[in-house]
Amino acid sequence: MKTLHCPLNGVRNIDEFTYGGEYHVEPDRRQADRKTWAEYVFFNANLSGVVTEWWCHTPSSFWFLADRDTVTDEVISTYLFSADPVE
Amino acid sequence: MAVRLSAPFGRLINRDARVFFTFNGAKVSGFEGDTVASALLAADVQLMSRSFKYHRPRLGLTFAGDDAATLVTIDRRANCFADTELLCSDMKITSQNHLGSLEYDLGAVIGLLARFLPVGFYYKAFYRPQGIWEFWAKFFRRSAGLGRINPLKQKVVPHTKRYLHVDHLVVGGGYHGMKAALEIANAGRRVLLVEQEPVLGGSLLYSRIDPEGVVAGRKARELIGQVETNNNIEVMTTAHCNGWYADHYVPVLQGQNLFKVRASAVTLATGSLEQPAVFRNNDLPGVMLGSGVQRLVHLYGVKPGHRAVIIAGNDEAYGLALDLLDANIEVAAIIELREEPVEAQLRSALTARVVDRGVRIIIGVEPHAAFARRGHLAAIQLRRQTSREVHVTQYEPLETIACDLLCSSVGFLPQYQIPCQAGAWLRFDEDDNGFTLDGLPEGFQLAGSITGKWGLDELALNPNHAWPIFPHPKGKEFVDQDEDVQLVDIVNAVADGFTHVQLVKRYSTVGMGPSQGRHSALATARITAAANQSSIDKTGVTTARPPLRAEPLGASAGQVFFPARLSSMNVAHLALGAQFLHAGTWYRPAYYPWPGEDRIASIEREVINVRRNVGMIDLSTLGGIDIRGPAAAELMNRLYTGGFKGLAVGKSKYALMCNESGVVIDDGVAARLTETHFYVTSTTTGVENVYRQMLKWNVQWQLDVDITNVTGAYCVVNLAGPKSKQVLARLTTSDLDDVSFPYLGVREGVVAGIPARMLRVGFVGELGYEIHVPQTFGMHLWKSLAAAGATFDIAPFGVEAQRLLRLEKGHIIIGQDTDAMTHLRELGMSWAVSRKKPFFIGDRTTAEIDTTQMTRRLAGFIVESANRMNVPQESQLVLQGDRMVGRVTSAAYSPTLDKIVGLAYVPATSAVGDTITIKVDQGHGLQAILCELPFYDPRVERQRVSDVSVAAIKESSPERTSLIRALHVDVETSDVETSGLETSVFIVDRTLSDRCGVRGSAAAGWLESLSMLVPDKPNRARIQKDGAVLARLSVGEFLLLGGSDYLGCHPEEADGNYSLPRADSHAWMVVSGVHSREVLQSVCSIDLRPRCFSDGDVAQTLMFGISVILIRADEIFHLCADITSSQYLYDALGETVNSMLI
Repeated sequence: MKTLHCPLNGVRNIDEFTYGGEYHVEPDRRQADRKTWAEYVFFNANLSGVVTEWWCHTPSSFWFLADRDTVTDEVISTYLFSADPVE
Repeated sequence: MAVRLSAPFGRLINRDARVFFTFNGAKVSGFEGDTVASALLAADVQLMSRSFKYHRPRLGLTFAGDDAATLVTIDRRANCFADTELLCSDMKITSQNHLGSLEYDLGAVIGLLARFLPVGFYYKAFYRPQGIWEFWAKFFRRSAGLGRINPLKQKVVPHTKRYLHVDHLVVGGGYHGMKAALEIANAGRRVLLVEQEPVLGGSLLYSRIDPEGVVAGRKARELIGQVETNNNIEVMTTAHCNGWYADHYVPVLQGQNLFKVRASAVTLATGSLEQPAVFRNNDLPGVMLGSGVQRLVHLYGVKPGHRAVIIAGNDEAYGLALDLLDANIEVAAIIELREEPVEAQLRSALTARVVDRGVRIIIGVEPHAAFARRGHLAAIQLRRQTSREVHVTQYEPLETIACDLLCSSVGFLPQYQIPCQAGAWLRFDEDDNGFTLDGLPEGFQLAGSITGKWGLDELALNPNHAWPIFPHPKGKEFVDQDEDVQLVDIVNAVADGFTHVQLVKRYSTVGMGPSQGRHSALATARITAAANQSSIDKTGVTTARPPLRAEPLGASAGQVFFPARLSSMNVAHLALGAQFLHAGTWYRPAYYPWPGEDRIASIEREVINVRRNVGMIDLSTLGGIDIRGPAAAELMNRLYTGGFKGLAVGKSKYALMCNESGVVIDDGVAARLTETHFYVTSTTTGVENVYRQMLKWNVQWQLDVDITNVTGAYCVVNLAGPKSKQVLARLTTSDLDDVSFPYLGVREGVVAGIPARMLRVGFVGELGYEIHVPQTFGMHLWKSLAAAGATFDIAPFGVEAQRLLRLEKGHIIIGQDTDAMTHLRELGMSWAVSRKKPFFIGDRTTAEIDTTQMTRRLAGFIVESANRMNVPQESQLVLQGDRMVGRVTSAAYSPTLDKIVGLAYVPATSAVGDTITIKVDQGHGLQAILCELPFYDPRVERQRVSDVSVAAIKESSPERTSLIRALHVDVETSDVETSGLETSVFIVDRTLSDRCGVRGSAAAGWLESLSMLVPDKPNRARIQKDGAVLARLSVGEFLLLGGSDYLGCHPEEADGNYSLPRADSHAWMVVSGVHSREVLQSVCSIDLRPRCFSDGDVAQTLMFGISVILIRADEIFHLCADITSSQYLYDALGETVNSMLI
């Protein structure tokens, strides 16, 4: 089983985590045209390469981001959304 | 006839301990340490099984579990490898795969028809005319498969799964495995050394390195001694590693235990697999691999024949010859396949010694065919060496040599399967005639002959002969003895266009048998390459997926745990004879049948009692989330569709949640307890996800709020019915009149002596009060309500009655009446959207959807004068002509209204009064009329409170109950204790002991102001002066277990300092005793070794599939988990302790 490094809890089996989807920057919800908005809501980039994803450590309900290479399935780094310190 | 060789042959058997067993009913005996196969051979069994396809007699080829010839049924366990299964007394062994007796198998007639059954026969023969396969399949099915099982007579064998952490896993306890383990251990790392045999030594125990045959034994003794005295090495024997998964997660099977090993690094020293020569009748009983014979002779002292011929492709064959001579087996001849014109005695010390002993060595020849007499090998015929091709056209037959044992030693294949699972690939070196492995992942090493390099310390000659394949015009040169695949089958598969080795496998079934190509992969690669006129490197081998070796299904299943949540009132439901249903992981009372009452009658009685008198339902499964802080209203406004900033304190409001695509995902009631405190309920199965989504949004918004899932912390009863106020009035001093406590009002007060949150709700359409009390007071609340309500005919009602009641009232259930596409507009709930606020999740998409044409909407329907038998089912279709235009989501016979009522998706254009057709069972059309919602009490008259004064009951002092004890009515003791391992593990339930939690940016400072010893970083704990344990779960969250000094000091509801109801949300168990770490480690995926999880460490992890907090303090483990899972966790721990006693 694959492992993932949680910034709060350390290295854990992947079954301790919940996937939260690709990270998207939200467009201006009033100004964005319909196409931009629809793509934000319904589309994922599905890149071959490094993507940024949301992951949650389920037992501690701790959300963080992970940069993962979708070709090699290698997680390059995990980090918090904000600059708040973990420790 | 059979003879056991005297010592030192038979290293693994104990001649002082006879073991008695039966084979096909006959009484046989062997020795302790024998495998089933060695005992059978020693008892002169000449036939062990029949082959899969042609039912040919088989005795065994590899004697290492790498061929199907030794498959037998042992005590109803089908398909056991007799050559790896250790003999036990009273085993009942039966042979497999024969029609009639093993000796006179009627199925063997198929072998005579072999030439009419070419490769791909089934594909070619049975696809025309249509339907012919269904006819023939009946017959083929009977002959497919190997052993037979009878599920009804199968013995239940307990299997366990355990987690295990090691620094370095070394697989294979032979020379190189032991050397690697010692080297790593001496560098200070902890090693787990896994060996499949009962003893260490690997091939040192049976192969010959020097002419005298002393070196291997000496080296084995030396290394085993060093390994056994090394404290850094743990040895696991009769165990094998069955695969490799990401990040060095390796399953190791030992008996009925599956160890889920997580290693920092892995060294594989599993060696090579000897590969057989391919010639006519190479499967006869008596034809064996050289290494197989050596194993029989050295390990078990079994003499497998009297007169042997050896097919030699390497020098190993000469070591084998010396072994046979020492075992007093005549070596009639060695057929030397190698063409190099070097005199045998010059090759090596081994060959020289064989020449000295006067063994006849024949060069320039090759095997032509083996012959049998009475089903056993009798002779081998030779021919002059031919060109290396897949067909033989011209050949010159030579002499025939009588023999009853024919051993081949022509080459080896590295055990490539597990390295390839880890990402490595095979490369074939044409000069060296062998495969080697490249591309190993980080932390993964190979040692020994698995590398493709041969020898102990210095490299020896590569033992692979380039072409030990000898076609015969009449065939029966078996490449894969499991599947009876002949040389010609592979050649024809290629000729039929299946040129890729993966397609050759699927078309010819080569490598698909029980040994998964372990004795056929090399020959398959060679023949396929030759047939394609390609290279072996380009051809390669087929993918070998885990498991490496056959694995009982029980090993994968292990102990099975299904998480179960129960409210603290569960004992009352059991006492009332409730029928339960599953909702997520919850068990909820569906209805409470009276004696002689069926399901429908119970539900209708409960419904009528709520409408006429008063009912009570356990709603503890309802999700509950506390949102506190200066920005609480702002967060509510963003998460839910409605406006919450204007909601008055003490009032509640229906709350609907959408996702970004405007789909309705959750609903509940949001109560404003204070200016900065909202308490919002959520659907039973949705709350986990809703809570997580709230946290995810606020990670991005960074609003100043605290969000806590308090689902488990509160026990909830909905008291509903016209007499509900009277019942409640007897138990509380709060004013219940319409002004003091109006419809949708929220009050904090005391009910039956318990601090409670009360919500006036109307979900079921009657005057009703949701009473939320701390979980451990649940049982007290239930009993008090039942007692207070007795004079008002109170009766409990279940989920089924509630569903019917809410349907009459026209209330929807998210997930039942909505689907993954349902928008607000389709539910007619656009009223629930606040237009005044800047935004909410899903607002933009909802606005876009509102500009489009609506296609469907959820509508109520009634069926007049219909009986109970006619109730449409959920998901039955709504038809317009023969076009489907919608579906039913809820429907039931309403005893209140005496008609069928329901909800259905119907075309958006349809209107109240329209008739719709529902396609019910048997395809009948049921006419229903669309109507306004609700069906019942449209003017909300039922919510009016009548003024009836009742005398309050004198409040009893409320009692807290543990949710473990609550399930055992008769338990009297204060603590529950389980012990096992000779009372070396204690599990003590401390649910009723003091504990609390606090969270927020100011929490650490507040704790310090109380002179507490605050852990300096998350996931650490410190013991306080009074013995309490303070655990830090994140930067700002703390959990305090036990102690009494600080518990009076609940934090003020101040910014950045929020108290958490841990005494009711979390169970607390203490696990202690000398084996407590082992027990917890076996079920915990994180590394609990003292070095990794030391005193004062805290882990938030999963155990038995539920979230737990594990704290190690003073050699004691504290285990906290969702309180409603108390009984589940306690039972699972107890079962684990028991399983470790086995």
